[in-house]
Amino acid sequence: MLTIKDLQAKIGEKQILNGINLEVKPGEVHAIMGPNGSGKSTLASVLAGREEYEVTGGEVDFLGKDLLEMAPEERAREGVFLAFQYPVEIPGVSTINFMKTALNQIREHRGQPALDAVSFLSLMKEKMKLVEIDQSLLSRALNEGFSGGEKKRNEIFQMAMLEPKLSILDETDSGLDIDALKVVANGVNKLRNKNNAVIVVTHYQRLLDYIVPDYVHVLYKGKIVKSGTKDLALELEAKGYDWIKDEVALA
Amino acid sequence: MSVTTIKKNITSDISGAIQQTVNSFPLLKEKRNEAWHTFQQLSMPATKNEEYKYTPVTRLLEKNFSFPTANPSGHLSTLQDFSIPELDANIIVFVNGVFSQEHSSIFSNNSEISILTMEDAIVQQTEVCLKHLSAYIDLKADALANWNTAAWTNGVFIHIPAGTTIEKPVVIHHIHDTRNGQVVSIGRNLVVLEKNSAVTIVEKFDSIGDANHFSNCITEAVVAEYAELNLYTIQNDSGKRFQYGLTQIHQADSSRVNTYTFSLNGKLIRNNLQLTLNGEGIESHMYGLYLLTGDTLADNHTVVDHKKPNSFSNELYKGIMDEDSKGVFNGKIFVRPQAQKTNAFQANRNILLTDKATVYTKPQLEIWADDVKCSHGCTSGQLDEEALFYLRSRGIGKETAQAMMLYAFAAELLDNVKHPVIKRYLDNVISERLHKNF
Ligand SMILES: Nc1ncnc2c1ncn2[C@@H]1O[C@H](COP(=O)(O)OP(=O)(O)OP(=O)(O)O)[C@@H](O)[C@H]1O
Ligand SMILES: [Mg+2]
Repeated sequence: MLTIKDLQAKIGEKQILNGINLEVKPGEVHAIMGPNGSGKSTLASVLAGREEYEVTGGEVDFLGKDLLEMAPEERAREGVFLAFQYPVEIPGVSTINFMKTALNQIREHRGQPALDAVSFLSLMKEKMKLVEIDQSLLSRALNEGFSGGEKKRNEIFQMAMLEPKLSILDETDSGLDIDALKVVANGVNKLRNKNNAVIVVTHYQRLLDYIVPDYVHVLYKGKIVKSGTKDLALELEAKGYDWIKDEVALA
Repeated sequence: MSVTTIKKNITSDISGAIQQTVNSFPLLKEKRNEAWHTFQQLSMPATKNEEYKYTPVTRLLEKNFSFPTANPSGHLSTLQDFSIPELDANIIVFVNGVFSQEHSSIFSNNSEISILTMEDAIVQQTEVCLKHLSAYIDLKADALANWNTAAWTNGVFIHIPAGTTIEKPVVIHHIHDTRNGQVVSIGRNLVVLEKNSAVTIVEKFDSIGDANHFSNCITEAVVAEYAELNLYTIQNDSGKRFQYGLTQIHQADSSRVNTYTFSLNGKLIRNNLQLTLNGEGIESHMYGLYLLTGDTLADNHTVVDHKKPNSFSNELYKGIMDEDSKGVFNGKIFVRPQAQKTNAFQANRNILLTDKATVYTKPQLEIWADDVKCSHGCTSGQLDEEALFYLRSRGIGKETAQAMMLYAFAAELLDNVKHPVIKRYLDNVISERLHKNF
């Protein structure tokens, strides 16, 4: 589904990604871990099409298409979804209107007719239940004044609405209380099927207890320096990153 | 005038134009002649003039008009293109500065409201007119205000008796028919609200034809104790309109004033809006939205003058500058020494959509009292890139995402519009302008 080959990217003069290789197949869950500042969010942003980052090398294939060629909205319409580490507050833009516009533009791209108000609302009700998000939040301006946890929940609500093929969850667990974490993880699991895939960026095992990864990768200094199964995450939880940094230094 | 003067002197040309009408109202002869002389002394503002620093009114008039001028007669077959749909209102229409009986219609009862042309009011309501005309505007500094005072030919007189609320808004249409050449109109309105009365007034500026046209329009409003005035100014004319406007509002104790200034199109728009809060317990709101494209220049100069204690003023102006357009905002707040416990707030927010678009914004607070709450804030910048990316990352196309954000920015002003039908109309106009398609 997603094939990343030797991806390099910089912002301004700062080189951040130094040759990423990653292959994600339908139905899989990949976890990306790594110390602060190693480039995890950068990778997520580059995949979503953020224009501040300049891709300086490598290629990304998504379902047979060149992802790097596409505008951010085209990527979303093709099925890429990024749950932001820091969701943006947009005063004045109503969440419902925003969601309806996004969904209908994606549907148009897929050759489906626009949803009318009634079916849109019933779809919304269904997805709200899935992530247990309150109606009162959605009737407010997009993320405006939302608590950290509410913003994260709203990200997963949007994911549920848009039904992407590839979801990249950037530290969706941070800011969520223990109960909310379960609810949100459950929501993600319910949305999983054999045709879609998830990349979860996280620092903590506790999310991976709920969303169990098929592969775990460690990103360090803009490179994937180690990959393994879900056991790698447990090892990192126990030992931290020093041993990996040492390995890299020795190599 | 010396025959050796080769360079075109617009002040003397306009002065020549003023001469044609300066004596047209015998009862105002003195006032008008005095203003004419002051106009000549001041002469049209040069760019050195601090109040016109970014707005070359003089140069633009010089370049695009010839004075003195005789307006072609205007003809309007229907008002439909210019009226606010479904608004149940008293309608007053001027075409090329001449009152049009045919298109005007007054529904409110004569005992509730007196609406007259200024021509008639001078004769029928002489006392009120003489008492208030030019009583509160500052004629010492501004040549264009003197030009108006010396030369106005028509306008509306509105008088609301004490204790009367006028349900139907009064809409004043200033229409220029330029199909037979340039039009210059000098209009003067006087609005007098007696105690505990209320009215909503809309001033709307439109045109037919392709020639340049200019309006110099002054509205003076006197708002007595407990009275409420809602005043809308809608400037959404073609790119050939040049306009200077002065609105002077004088408020007494516990009165309420809301002004809404929507500047959406035109070539040159200069609005002077001045509120004098001459009483206690007053509440005033000034809202402004300017959405500029092409080479439109819109300049809002506002003044709030707190003269007495315990009053409240709030000002919110927002602008979006696209293409080569230019926005200017200057907001003065005066708090006089005895105006303790004043609350005065001001905010001006701007978005620039291109590298060529510009905005000059300047708050000017002069506070002589010590126990007051005042705040001001000006911002100008591009659209928030992060927010734009967030919207696009959900599949929303760039243009739609941009329109969503711009509409959200402008909608804060719409939210403050009280009259539902006027609000719907403005919402439609703004949505269309910002290509709202969501
Ligand atoms: N706009 C920017 N300008 C300069 N440096 C940047 C910019 N954005 C990111 N960086 C730098 O790039 C590096 C990688 O940042 P990134 O956000 O991808 O890290 P991360 O792995 O997601 O970290 P965390 O675990 O803290 O979220 C950091 O050193 C960061 O400071
Ligand atoms: Mg990060």
